[in-house]
Amino acid sequence: MTTVTRLAALALGAALVAAPLTATAQSFDNHLAARKGEMQIMSFNLGILGGMARGNMPYDAEAAQAAADNLVAISQLTQTVQWAEGSDNMELSNTRALPAIWDDFADFQAKWASFGERAVALQAVAGQGAEGLGAAIGGVGGTCQACHEAYRQPN
Amino acid sequence: MRKGLLIGTVLLAAGIAAGWGITMPRSDGPEVLAGLTPNPENGRRVFLAGGCASCHAAPEGENDLVLAGGQRFETPFGTFVAPNISPDRGAGIGDWSALNLWNAMHHGTSPEGAHYYPAFPYSSYVRATPQDVVDLHAYLGTLPASDTPSQPHDLGFPFSVRASIGGWKLLFLTDTYVMPASEDPQIMRGRYLVEALGHCAECHTPRNGLGALDTARWLEGAPNPSGSGQIPGIAPDKLDWPANDIAYYLETGFTPSFDSVGGHMAAVVKNYAQLPPEDREAVAAYLKALP
Ligand code: HEC
Ligand code: HEC
Ligand code: HEC
Repeated sequence: MTTVTRLAALALGAALVAAPLTATAQSFDNHLAARKGEMQIMSFNLGILGGMARGNMPYDAEAAQAAADNLVAISQLTQTVQWAEGSDNMELSNTRALPAIWDDFADFQAKWASFGERAVALQAVAGQGAEGLGAAIGGVGGTCQACHEAYRQPN
Repeated sequence: MRKGLLIGTVLLAAGIAAGWGITMPRSDGPEVLAGLTPNPENGRRVFLAGGCASCHAAPEGENDLVLAGGQRFETPFGTFVAPNISPDRGAGIGDWSALNLWNAMHHGTSPEGAHYYPAFPYSSYVRATPQDVVDLHAYLGTLPASDTPSQPHDLGFPFSVRASIGGWKLLFLTDTYVMPASEDPQIMRGRYLVEALGHCAECHTPRNGLGALDTARWLEGAPNPSGSGQIPGIAPDKLDWPANDIAYYLETGFTPSFDSVGGHMAAVVKNYAQLPPEDREAVAAYLKALP
């Protein structure tokens, strides 16, 4: 190695060490808490509906309607700030969000919108009895799956 | 990876030294399939459980049933590209006999008598029954044809030499099952689905330096081959879900806490959702019966 290339290598090394330091200067902890929190609320409400659909708990029209209403309400939250660019699993260790989200953010938004559409369809049948519940939950589940397949790394 | 390369080179040398004889691609004659009548409906079941479309469907295709190939699989040995297996006579496998498919799935041998790479999971499909292969062959013939040509793989030496796979097969290609036989027909069906068709282990079992499954750590979880993260373990000491929750996950993608499936498992669930409920229950029974 010549002195020049060695110096260049050193400089590059220094830059690589410096980069993570500047990145941690901005914390995304609140962003991650917010978006994981919404996901947890979605799972929680789907769990109530799913329990009824599977016969693990008795059907209760009012509770089913409330859970479906909650899903629709969450689907109306904007999905922008909490998905800040740079808060992906290559930059941070405590997230499963793939960088691919920001390669095609419009598609990510579209996948969120299709979750919203299916949540509205579920809302329409949730209070009408346990029979229609399974299919409507399946419809919502397909939209969770589509987004997790494309944008969430396995554990 | 270093180690893998080194062992690979040694194996290749050993394969050549031992003579072409023992590492030569094997194939069977027509007697293995004699007297079998194809049932394409069962072939569809084999196709779904086998997950053929997850690898062979065109990457950007709208229709999962156009098996034009083109998906790329990055591995420590290089990049594999899934070939066209649609019924097109030129670009696909439209002129293959059921016996050709049998030899590909059972021996990893092409109609021209070359070795296939184990990126094509024949180390699972080797356990498939002759009847299921005949049925699958008939079903594949009903799918749409595509004239998209197959792309070459992009592999480093020595893996670019197909003859090097002979040694690998000698060591790792076996049709014996990992789980011992059981009295319970449901567990036996589950064993067949998981170990022969489902190739669940291809993702959920860690590999040794040569890319072969480490059967001592069967279904205990593994690093994600494509990208970051871990593929979870599904052996009983790793996954304590009741059997009906496992079957429900395979049907809907929902975990017991109603998280929803993602990653490469989503495609497996899409296939399993279309199988009869008794197949999902059989897989769950198998997983619960593992030691
Ligand atoms: C538009 C994309 C998208 C949709 C739709 C979506 N998710 Fe998610 N979900 C994600 C991403 C990305 C993560 C990873 C977040 C992280 O780790 O920062 C995630 C994480 C989760 C988690 C784990 C949260 C944690 O605490 O780590 C759960 C549970 C979850 N989602 C449930 C659901 C359910 C249930 C649905 C459907 C009702 C759903 N998600 C729909 C993108 C989506
Ligand atoms: C192509 C790779 C692949 C194949 C083949 C595969 N899996 Fe998976 N599996 C995964 C991944 C990745 C996950 C994590 C899913 C996620 O991120 O939500 C997973 C998750 C699971 C889980 C949930 C475990 C948990 O703790 O959340 C079960 C159960 C499971 N798989 C069973 C199976 C069975 C049974 C088969 C065979 C029929 C199979 N898998 C085949 C990749 C695969
Ligand atoms: C994990 C991905 C994967 C799965 C699942 C898979 N294959 Fe393949 N397949 C491959 C790869 C990669 C090759 C190329 C192997 C080679 O060139 O040596 C291949 C090759 C083949 C070939 C040889 C094609 C030719 O032109 O010579 C056939 C036939 C085939 N697969 C059929 C199937 C069938 C049928 C199934 C389902 C039962 C299936 N494959 C499932 C990855 C897969």
